[in-house]
Amino acid sequence: MLVYIVKRLLLLPLLLLVFSVIAFILIQAPPGDFVTSYVAELAASGSSMDRLQIDALRELYGLDRPGYVQYFKWLTRMLQGDLGVSLDFQKPISELIGQRLLLTVILGLSTFLFTFAVAIPIGTISATRQYSFFDYFFTVFNYVGVATPTFMTALILMWLAFSKLGITITGLFSPEFADEPWSFARTVDLGKHIWLPIVILGMDGTARLARILRANLLDELNKPYMEMARAKGMPEWRLIMKYPVRLAINPLVSSLGWYLPLIFSGSLIVATVLNLPTIGPLLLRSLIGQDMFLAGAIVLSYFGLAVIGTLLSDILLAWLDPRIRMEEA
Amino acid sequence: MSVELQPEAEISAVAKPDSLDKADAVSVASNWKLVWWRFRKHRLAMVSGVVLILIATIAAFPGFFSTQAPHESDSKGSFMPPQGIHFWDDGPAFFVNATKGARNPRTLRMEWVLDEGETIPLRLFGRGYEWKALGLFPTRLHLVAVANPDTDKPIHLLGTDRLGRDQWSRLVHGTQVSLSIGLLAVFLSTVIGIALGGISGYFGGLADMVIQRVVELLQSIPPIPIWLALSAALPRSWSVTTTYLAITGILALITWTSLAREVRGRFLALREEDFVVAAKLSGCSQMRIVFRHMVPTMNSHIIAAVTLAIPVMIINETFLSFLGLGLRPPAISWGVLLQEAQNLQSVALAPWLLLPGLAVIITVLALNILGDGLRDAADPYH
Repeated sequence: MLVYIVKRLLLLPLLLLVFSVIAFILIQAPPGDFVTSYVAELAASGSSMDRLQIDALRELYGLDRPGYVQYFKWLTRMLQGDLGVSLDFQKPISELIGQRLLLTVILGLSTFLFTFAVAIPIGTISATRQYSFFDYFFTVFNYVGVATPTFMTALILMWLAFSKLGITITGLFSPEFADEPWSFARTVDLGKHIWLPIVILGMDGTARLARILRANLLDELNKPYMEMARAKGMPEWRLIMKYPVRLAINPLVSSLGWYLPLIFSGSLIVATVLNLPTIGPLLLRSLIGQDMFLAGAIVLSYFGLAVIGTLLSDILLAWLDPRIRMEEA
Repeated sequence: MSVELQPEAEISAVAKPDSLDKADAVSVASNWKLVWWRFRKHRLAMVSGVVLILIATIAAFPGFFSTQAPHESDSKGSFMPPQGIHFWDDGPAFFVNATKGARNPRTLRMEWVLDEGETIPLRLFGRGYEWKALGLFPTRLHLVAVANPDTDKPIHLLGTDRLGRDQWSRLVHGTQVSLSIGLLAVFLSTVIGIALGGISGYFGGLADMVIQRVVELLQSIPPIPIWLALSAALPRSWSVTTTYLAITGILALITWTSLAREVRGRFLALREEDFVVAAKLSGCSQMRIVFRHMVPTMNSHIIAAVTLAIPVMIINETFLSFLGLGLRPPAISWGVLLQEAQNLQSVALAPWLLLPGLAVIITVLALNILGDGLRDAADPYH
């Protein structure tokens, strides 16, 4: 087990290096360099920058040098913990991202837990009570859940809450807590707001996982060992929970590998609609405003989250399934 | 084998073609026929197929189904409510109620309500604005039009948006763009997926190694931020068509990987099959072996996988355009239409702006069910 984890950990820096190249190519993709566009923007708003300052900026980012030099300068600064300054917000990028990154992780992990907590009971009941009302209801619900884009769910719920209940359900905090430092009251406030984004984000995944579990469980329920256990007089529910469910969950566990990273990046759209203080809306704003170093840092954080998500699920998978840790160790 | 040896069988088969019983029919049916028989049993998938044919017809001739030119705006007629068609009014009828507007004295905004007293008669296959069928043949024919085009007020079956544009006509035109972008992107990613997956599985060795590492890398990258960054890099000055093609390319760039994996797996298995070895021994070229002998054996699987990939593409295009990074006005797609519904004020004022979302849901639902049906039908072990 330990060998397996260490192996995975050793792969991390390599993967992050490749990702940093991709992120760098992405931020270089728009035509023109960002200092030029920044100067143009300043000129448009009436202020200006003197020649020396412009040259200093160009020198700092190595803008007159070839691409790989710029990349290494960027990478070195990143490794030293200096993410640079957002030209749009005039603030250090680490300050802008820090708090939002934490909320992104909290939202992602809670959605993940929610999905499994809901999908497993639904899948189990659908399979054991096949063709019952409950089963049909959730089959329909699952199809619709997969077909509805998350932002549509968010929009519809937002509209319903506004027109029927007269409340706005955007944001993660009440206004009075938005810029406060962390406290117990603020955490409680977060809990009051975060459940809705969790439900919206988790719907699609819940639908998919419940469907997989139902199909797997249906295969297991007809196996001879079930008859055997029944013949021995084992109570039905204990039997189901003890054997077939455990077997049927295994394929779900292997979906962990793609699911957690997917939630992290999928939260971007919902966060934009619901105006959540996560890194998603910030990425959108920086991309539209061509604030490329901020965009690069956020894209890299998404990659980082994806890598960590994959690592977490790999470890979980190895812990749950002995075949994997034996094979790869 | 000569016919004379079995005259009786020959005659009976000709005289009574129905006498082939079910087992015989199954044993002589082609693979496609078997898939079709299995697919036909899946009622819901058949219904979805019909729904999709309808949607595809709308996408092919949006002008015929619309009631007003999609870009025509009316600054005085913004946020008009949908005018539902009435089919009954003390006897069969075909009309909509007119709308009447009044300025709200407090907000000074025009507020429109349906006027139950005034009706606008409609007719099927009436005359309306001029459009070009398939971009070639000018015509004025529309499925639904006002009975007296010269005197009647314009109708808005699904209401109007912020700029007073007819929502129904725009939805119909958006269908064409959204569906075609989904199809085109899936086509591209299928071509890349089959080509690279095929090379990987057929040749193995170094090519396989490189392609598999690329696939793994692409699969470990979260696609949404990449899509956003790439689409944001598209120059704003590009024309609608160029942006359309670029977005299609961006969508296809990342999604080919899963199909490539599947194709590779099947190629690896097929490579050792007798019929492939036989083809090789009889001197077929490698291209012929791949495209003539190996690809056809997985046709049905590829079709099922492709059908299930289209809805994913449609959703992706929708959210890119919705966020303002995909297609941009004056292009019309479902995502562009939903952009109008992005803020709470518009939605609270005009909930019908959410209707394009319903189009997305219905189409994606139908494609998913159809894809599931095809997949089950294509799998002989199911």
